[in-house]
Amino acid sequence: MKAFKDAGHLFRLASVFLVGGVLFLAFRGVLVPRSFGQYGHYRGNAIKETAALPISYAGHQVCESCHADLLEVKSKGVHKRVACEACHGPLATHADDPASVQPAKLDTAVLCVRCHEANLAKPKNFPQVVSAEHSGGAPCETCHQPHSPAIVAVAGGSQ
Amino acid sequence: MQIPVEGFMYPNEVELQWSVLIVLYPFLTGLVAGAFILASLERVFMVKAVKPTYRLALLTALAFLIVAPLPLQLHLGHPERSFEMYLTPHRSSAMAMFGFVYLWYLLAVLVVEIWLDYRRDIVVMSQCTTGWKRLVYRVLTLGSTNISERSLHIDERVGWLVTVIGIPSAFLLHGYVGFIFGSVKANPWWSSPLMPVVFLFSAMVSGIAIVMLLYMLMCRLRREPIDMDCVDTVAKYLFYTFIIDFSLEMLDLIHRIYEADESFRSLDFMVHTRLFLSQVVIQILLGTVLPILLIGLTQVVKLAAKQRKRIYVVAGCLTMIGIFAMRWNVVIGGQLFSKSFLGYTTYKMAFATREGLLTAIVLTVLPFVILGVLVKLLPPWPEKKSAISSVAVAAYGAD
Ligand code: HEC
Ligand code: HEC
Ligand code: HEC
Ligand code: HEC
Repeated sequence: MKAFKDAGHLFRLASVFLVGGVLFLAFRGVLVPRSFGQYGHYRGNAIKETAALPISYAGHQVCESCHADLLEVKSKGVHKRVACEACHGPLATHADDPASVQPAKLDTAVLCVRCHEANLAKPKNFPQVVSAEHSGGAPCETCHQPHSPAIVAVAGGSQ
Repeated sequence: MQIPVEGFMYPNEVELQWSVLIVLYPFLTGLVAGAFILASLERVFMVKAVKPTYRLALLTALAFLIVAPLPLQLHLGHPERSFEMYLTPHRSSAMAMFGFVYLWYLLAVLVVEIWLDYRRDIVVMSQCTTGWKRLVYRVLTLGSTNISERSLHIDERVGWLVTVIGIPSAFLLHGYVGFIFGSVKANPWWSSPLMPVVFLFSAMVSGIAIVMLLYMLMCRLRREPIDMDCVDTVAKYLFYTFIIDFSLEMLDLIHRIYEADESFRSLDFMVHTRLFLSQVVIQILLGTVLPILLIGLTQVVKLAAKQRKRIYVVAGCLTMIGIFAMRWNVVIGGQLFSKSFLGYTTYKMAFATREGLLTAIVLTVLPFVILGVLVKLLPPWPEKKSAISSVAVAAYGAD
């Protein structure tokens, strides 16, 4: 048993590693959420939790059911494929109760350049302007109609 | 702050996501792997001449390994989440598995090897020191004061085994860093199967150089004569690895030039403009060719010890700068050009921010501070007060 005795310190080292390993497994058992890996490499419950969050976007069909007059205008203009809430922001609360929740007024000098400011990375055929040259900071609304912005359409009636 | 852009960049390419800290990270791990491989020369390949650097190399590796993950942590938006990598590892991600490589190397290789090698000293010092130091050493002994000849012999054999396992582990540690860059297939500057090998050899070069410099510095500080035989041998190994490293890098370069794929004109332009100083001048000329010539000189011409020492110091420092420049050119260079190959951006390094220059400087100095503490705690040279220790050995090692 002499060899055993002289290697005693190695067994001590091994037990330090063992204790470390066991502690790690214990921590892992506590810290890894129960539902982890249920469907994939993520927390299964995350789906339920996300589904339970309050809805903030109503969807354009809902808006259109009350604002049919606006749809009339918009569906003829170039913004026909831009959803209401892409500009107005999430308004599910307003759609649920229009009387008490008033949508905030939009500032077109900030809103429109979000999509239309000229940028090399945008497809060439997407309408874009260098706003500083095009309008000099004036709100786009002064010349464009937000729901039907094309100027030719107003002037020539061709669109 | 507007970032100067030339030509066309995609919007997400304008600002560099991988900063100077990500440059520092492969630099630090490279030093770890290189220092360890130098140490294993003595242990496994029986190069007795480098013995005086053996322990110093191990401690250097440990000091740098402790700091190595910090640049990554500082780069993360949520550093606390990095721990999840251990809890729920994703086996298909090279970066995720790297956490285990790191842990394996730190705990199963480096710490065990150092502990086995120092066990006798630790036991002796747990007997002849007082106060908190004694407590530290007592904990480090793990409660076993057995330093009989047989037990030390066992340590020696087990230590040898750990080193043998450690060499491929050290290769793995740094090859892995190169692998991660080399497998980014979207980036032609990185994506190359040579990347892990180039990283590995440059790691060995920088690790050997730093241990050589540290050894000479420590001798200076302790007013001890430098063991020229040792430094000459280390320099010789530095020379050989450097030549392999340089050949590999040139191979990579020539292959790129000859292959001249669609990215070539863009990369070529970059090397001639934005990266000219850091790549051609600093990395290749000053940081590689010059030190190789300098050390080569000592291999061919017979020079006095004093001159050799000077040459080694100059060559060693140039090497460190050159390897850092190489990491810089890989990490930063790989982000300066557009994937469209039509434009180039600029890296603006901030100063006192989380990923700024100041942080990088602190993280570079930190390993040396840790090394200082380690050297104080576990002196890598034979103790001078041999009288005390022989008493202790007589008392505790006699069973
Ligand atoms: C249940 C019917 C209903 C639905 C659904 C609805 N609204 Fe309204 N909305 C109203 C009413 C009523 C007003 C108030 C009109 C008024 O006060 O003149 C209003 C006002 C607004 C206003 C403000 C008008 C102003 O003068 O400031 C905006 C903008 C608006 N709605 C956008 C939306 C959007 C976008 C949606 C879809 C998310 C939506 N609405 C869904 C009924 C509805
Ligand atoms: C391109 C952005 C944009 C889109 C898309 C858009 N709006 Fe507007 N809307 C505006 C702007 C800008 C105003 C004027 C400023 C304000 O009143 O906040 C406005 C005003 C309104 C008003 C106030 C009354 C009026 O006629 O000016 C209502 C109601 C409204 N929008 C509803 C809608 C609905 C419903 C949709 C979807 C069918 C929609 N909007 C789509 C930008 C947009
Ligand atoms: C959510 C993104 C978005 C916002 C915000 C937006 N637009 Fe548009 N705009 C579009 C899209 C999409 C088109 C259609 C492009 C096409 O036909 O390919 C368009 C088309 C146009 C056009 C037609 C250009 C032409 O071809 O003649 C004008 C003018 C315009 N928008 C003005 C505005 C104004 C003014 C605002 C602010 C009230 C605005 N846009 C806000 C997405 C946006
Ligand atoms: C002073 C009036 C005026 C203002 C303010 C103005 N525009 Fe225009 N915009 C025009 C006229 C007129 C045209 C059509 C003639 C043309 O194509 O230049 C036009 C055209 C456009 C077009 C289509 C360009 C193309 O290439 O098809 C876009 C997009 C546009 N405007 C966006 C904006 C945005 C965004 C703003 C706000 C930042 C804005 N405009 C403000 C007058 C204005």
